[in-house]
Amino acid sequence: MLSLIIIILGTTFLLYTLLGGADFGAGIVETFAGKKEEGTITTAMAPVWEANHVWLILAVVILFTGFPQVYALLSLVLHIPLMLVLLGIIFRGSAFIFRQYDVVQDNSHKYYTLLFRISSFITPVFLGMVLGAMVLGRITLDHSKSFLEVFIFPWFNIFCIAMGIFSASLFAYISGIFLVGEAENDVERKMYARFSKRAMLTTMLMGLLVFGAAYLNGHNLVKEFLQSVYSIVTVFLATLLCPAIWHFLNKEKNKTLYLRVGVGMQVTLILIGWFFIQFPVLIKIHDGENLTFFNTQAPDATLKQLLIALIAGLILIVPGFIYLFRIFKIRGS
Amino acid sequence: MDDLIAARLQMGISLGFHIIFACIGMTMPVLMAFSEWRWLRTGKQAYLDNTKAWSKGVAIFFAVGAVSGTVLAFELGLLWPQFMRHAGPIIGMPFSWEGTAFFIEAIALGIFLYGWNRLNRWVHWAAGIVVGISGILSGIFVVAANAWMNSPSGFTWANGKAINIDPVKAMFNDAWLSQSIHMVLAAFVSTAFAVAGVHAFLIIKKGANKFHRHAVKTALIFGSVAAILQPLSGDFSAKDVAKRQPAKLAALEGLYKTSKPADLIIGGIPNDKEQKVNYAIRIPGGLSYLAKGDASAEVTGLDKFAKEDRPPVIITHIAFQLMVIIGFLLALAAVLYIIFSLKWRQVLLKKWWLCFIAFTTPLGFIGVEAGWTVTETGRQPWIIYGIMRTKDAVSTMPGLHYSFYAITTVYILLSFIIVWLMRRQISTIKKYYPSANNK
Ligand code: HDD
Ligand code: HEM
Ligand code: HEM
Repeated sequence: MLSLIIIILGTTFLLYTLLGGADFGAGIVETFAGKKEEGTITTAMAPVWEANHVWLILAVVILFTGFPQVYALLSLVLHIPLMLVLLGIIFRGSAFIFRQYDVVQDNSHKYYTLLFRISSFITPVFLGMVLGAMVLGRITLDHSKSFLEVFIFPWFNIFCIAMGIFSASLFAYISGIFLVGEAENDVERKMYARFSKRAMLTTMLMGLLVFGAAYLNGHNLVKEFLQSVYSIVTVFLATLLCPAIWHFLNKEKNKTLYLRVGVGMQVTLILIGWFFIQFPVLIKIHDGENLTFFNTQAPDATLKQLLIALIAGLILIVPGFIYLFRIFKIRGS
Repeated sequence: MDDLIAARLQMGISLGFHIIFACIGMTMPVLMAFSEWRWLRTGKQAYLDNTKAWSKGVAIFFAVGAVSGTVLAFELGLLWPQFMRHAGPIIGMPFSWEGTAFFIEAIALGIFLYGWNRLNRWVHWAAGIVVGISGILSGIFVVAANAWMNSPSGFTWANGKAINIDPVKAMFNDAWLSQSIHMVLAAFVSTAFAVAGVHAFLIIKKGANKFHRHAVKTALIFGSVAAILQPLSGDFSAKDVAKRQPAKLAALEGLYKTSKPADLIIGGIPNDKEQKVNYAIRIPGGLSYLAKGDASAEVTGLDKFAKEDRPPVIITHIAFQLMVIIGFLLALAAVLYIIFSLKWRQVLLKKWWLCFIAFTTPLGFIGVEAGWTVTETGRQPWIIYGIMRTKDAVSTMPGLHYSFYAITTVYILLSFIIVWLMRRQISTIKKYYPSANNK
């Protein structure tokens, strides 16, 4: 039962990274891709963005139902970055919809766009910092220590910042690839392809930076990585996919499906690799026992009901999701 | 500011903000589906125009509802980590079902808003129905979670921990049914009267046309039925509260002393020092009858509770009176509407009637906010009634008031922007919708 819930939680997280990532990434693409490309992004995202974000809510619900201590501790010590994530989510969602639905075209659109772009960038950065704080192991249970030590240093450090920037560039990369398939003409397609290539390189660079920053912060990620065969294999495969995706990006007629499947596999592989480094730890604790899936799981009666709700939910959701994407995301023949 | 006060205010503001969008999210899909159905059956342009115009506004409300809901899902932990640590496994089940309902809702909404030209008309219409049903279901699930805080069940509390957890029992606690019924009705009352009120106002200002007339009609059909049922369901709620939370009942009625029989105290200003309600109208035996169904029954007053277990009386009593006044006023409006549309149709376009309907625009939402104040403040000092105190649940992070300032500022700002955007939408009605130029 527990293992099924872990798998569903992992999948939810993966889908949020991919779909929510493509969504946040769109704001970053818009900022850096040069030309003004609001139109395509708006049409591509509008019908699906809300559904994409429900994956985050599902992950939070699974966390507080199934692993309540993890949720309670995270909300306590990472209050500040989580609050910033929330502000980002509010601004991003509202600015996006205001921009699309404000029928009067005037100066206000400039402000919506500005807000949309800034919040699309800072939200993934703080999300990445929260994840970084979970794995770095500076979270302390001794709350008699100073405010800085308890509530700031666990997430405000080089490693977490590197994780934040890595997340943002990964999201931008996912989104770039996604938008290549949405482009309305050749010029646009080329622009997104060019952006995707740059984002790919940045993401790889940032990935290395995360390892370096971990080392600087006294967390030997390289060693942990090398101890897990699965992680080595998955990250190797993910890297191997890069030249293939690069190749398709260079094609005159970009192969939308290959590109999307390719980037989907890359993200899946990276997350699986990370999972194997971490498992079963959810939060690494500086001065006490780590919180794991096993020592924080809710009682069996709860897990059973949770699983029933999730499975019944997925039976309804998955076809719905596929239908939604079929209507809006499969273009032409 | 005290951290506990800041946290409570932040929770209240976030929930009070979200509930407006939640009410709209439950009701508007039903109104739109109804209107679209009328269009499919009668072919009248006005119904189609109403559906399309509403769906533009609804897209904005749904987006803000979704982000403010996401904020809440985190805030439960950010502000009340001790509460969620224990309550999570117990009330997680309704929340997980709620998650499913959200998904279906978000998917169907995407189809409904953007699928106009891509789908068969009836498939499109069905998507609207699905949005409405899943919105109402998600409302019921989350209210069930709140009901559990009022009427905790499905676990045994031992040594500061919950054991023998039974999530199904916890979800179907004693309060879930009365609260869910009352909430769903409230959503319809508030949204429907607001919609009718805005369109009535536009008729007063710009003159009658098919577009606004049909909009008022559709909204009032739903609003009237709900508004007439609302006081009945409120009575059911009050009897329920009398059984499960006598301290809350005493506070909302302003009953300081246990009495047999107990008077119904209407209006007035509670005075905590003197332990009585000044300037109130009293109906002898009224409360005994309403709470227990017997005009001579004993009703427990606040004196039966230790000082530290009493909810604040002033806020709770005044909020309750406000809700009840609004409840009767809207029920009256509903009855009049039904009489007029059956017997005296010409009244429906009279200025005084339109002014009255325009006046009701904010009332339902004020009723919702007041009602939630009764429920939540009336539960104090408990976060889980009789089990855990609010002050023991609050986050130990210092400086919570900064989050409170941030969230409050953002929500006030958003409220202004949304009102402004709605006015901009309204200003384009004549341009986009043919029936608005048609008398
Ligand atoms: C349009 C809004 C509206 C209107 C007109 C009314 N209510 Fe209400 N009331 C609510 C909106 C609301 C609410 C916001 O939806 C609450 C808060 C919690 C809940 O379940 O419903 C509520 C709670 C609530 C409670 C507390 C329930 C609890 O704590 O479990 C009682 C006793 C009543 N109501 C009674 C009434 C009565 C006697 C009304 C008579 C006319 C009435 N309400 C009209
Ligand atoms: C949307 C409708 C709701 C509104 C307007 C509302 C309003 C409020 C208010 C005003 C407070 C502060 C009470 C006080 O301190 O005097 C509060 C507290 C709280 N509410 Fe609600 N509430 C709503 C629904 C819910 C639901 C569905 C839940 C969760 C399951 C919930 C959970 C809480 C919690 C955890 C607190 C803080 C603890 C406390 O003060 O008791 N509320 N709410
Ligand atoms: C009585 C109180 C509440 C009611 C009746 C209610 C009902 C609703 C409804 C009908 C919606 C969908 C409509 C819309 O998006 O505008 C919604 C959205 C949402 N609510 Fe609430 N809600 C309540 C309180 C809460 C609380 C306490 C939480 C926190 C756990 C919450 C979390 C959410 C989330 C995450 C969404 C967004 C879902 C999406 O993306 O579609 N709600 N709520």
